[in-house]
Amino acid sequence: MFQRLPEADAAARVAFTLDGQPVEARVGDSVAAALLAAGRSTCRTTPVSGAARGPFCLMGTCFECLVTIDGLGNRQGCQVLVRDGMKVETQQGKREVGR
Amino acid sequence: MTTAARDHDVAVIGGGLVGSAVAWGLARLGRRVVVVDEGDLALRASRGNFALVWVQSKGLGMSAYARWTVQSVGLWDRFRDELREQTGVDLCYQRPGGFHLALSEVEMQRRADLLARLQAQPGMPEAGYEMLSREQVRKMLPAIGPEVVGGSYCPLDGHVNSLRLLRALHQGMQALGVAYVPQARIERIERRDGGFALRAGAHDLRAAQVVLTAGVGNKALGESVGLDVPVRPQRGQLIVTEKAAPFLHHPVVTVRQTDEGGLMIGDSQEEQTDPVVGPAILATMADRAQRMFPLIGSLNVVRTWAALRVMTRDGFPIYDQSATCPGAFVATCHSGVTLAANHALELPGHIVRGELPADTFSTFSARRFHVPAAA
Repeated sequence: MFQRLPEADAAARVAFTLDGQPVEARVGDSVAAALLAAGRSTCRTTPVSGAARGPFCLMGTCFECLVTIDGLGNRQGCQVLVRDGMKVETQQGKREVGR
Repeated sequence: MTTAARDHDVAVIGGGLVGSAVAWGLARLGRRVVVVDEGDLALRASRGNFALVWVQSKGLGMSAYARWTVQSVGLWDRFRDELREQTGVDLCYQRPGGFHLALSEVEMQRRADLLARLQAQPGMPEAGYEMLSREQVRKMLPAIGPEVVGGSYCPLDGHVNSLRLLRALHQGMQALGVAYVPQARIERIERRDGGFALRAGAHDLRAAQVVLTAGVGNKALGESVGLDVPVRPQRGQLIVTEKAAPFLHHPVVTVRQTDEGGLMIGDSQEEQTDPVVGPAILATMADRAQRMFPLIGSLNVVRTWAALRVMTRDGFPIYDQSATCPGAFVATCHSGVTLAANHALELPGHIVRGELPADTFSTFSARRFHVPAAA
């Protein structure tokens, strides 16, 4: 669905894991952008109804792109830059307290 | 809009938890009821409360209040079932027993002393209070932090989704034929033709009886029907976090996990009349909650707010009937959630019969405040 602009595609590679699987991104990608570029349009299910959600506003407003990053839940994927070796996990329902 | 006196048996002033419970209960007994509700500029304590259905530590100085509270908790299951059957709304009422946690030996001793004084009063109902050691508390609340030295427990304590309660009562009362007049502030109540004439904006209403359930507004309204209602606002601030997986299976008096997973932290008691939040109080509340349950420190706060309790000088409710304007009643308290079952299932029958029986209600009359101050 999403394609990188040629200039952006030229940026250096960075590797992270999504639910334990290796994913390649570009330096400067937000976590949310990296997920979209990798073809993942959903990243969590909602805490009450369990409906699927994915990155939407990409500017920190909608809180739809919540993911667990390096063990900390409910991080806004669009507000965090991907780093090499980062562990990103999708969230099913409610965040676990203390995580 | 003008309605004739025969249109309404009872006008209930205030559509919060107290008013809508009383109106629902009156309509359930076949009364024709109108509820006049002020509007969105009202103080709306029923939308800002902490949603405990709570017995623990209530009634020091008035055992009748403890009995009234325990009676309401005893009616809560039936009340919840009846509302669900009628409206389909699940109130998420749970009564797993609740805690008051102590963060020092001094707090623990103070708590034990308070409960001992409470239970030593004549006429106290059986509520099953217990002081529990840290280890006993930890069996039921595994997430407590190292500073928790113990606490008190009462098996009758529980909590509910109070926004759903308000919604169910409104839906239920209107299904029972209650006329709901929102955005209408009462400007005048007068005795007329053996009943009451009420003016609220463009509305002229007539009713045989009137019940004041307007929270802090009862003070001014009461004056026009010969009722003294000495209530004042008392501020409470609240915090709610993002929704988390269930980890807190018993409500604590200042920390509870809601049915949807959010953590509510409350609730301060401040002699302030503005419903505004401030960082100093919120930080103290959050700090104490985090010392009780260190795990919650990483949760994001999504909202804070303040609401105004409806307080009397002694903290107990007022239920009263007017001596000079027969047919005028007042019901006011700061426990509209806990007491909702009584207000819906117990109080309305007395209003229908036209009198609050002295054996239960004389203690709750505002006459208790009409004593000369000590010299």
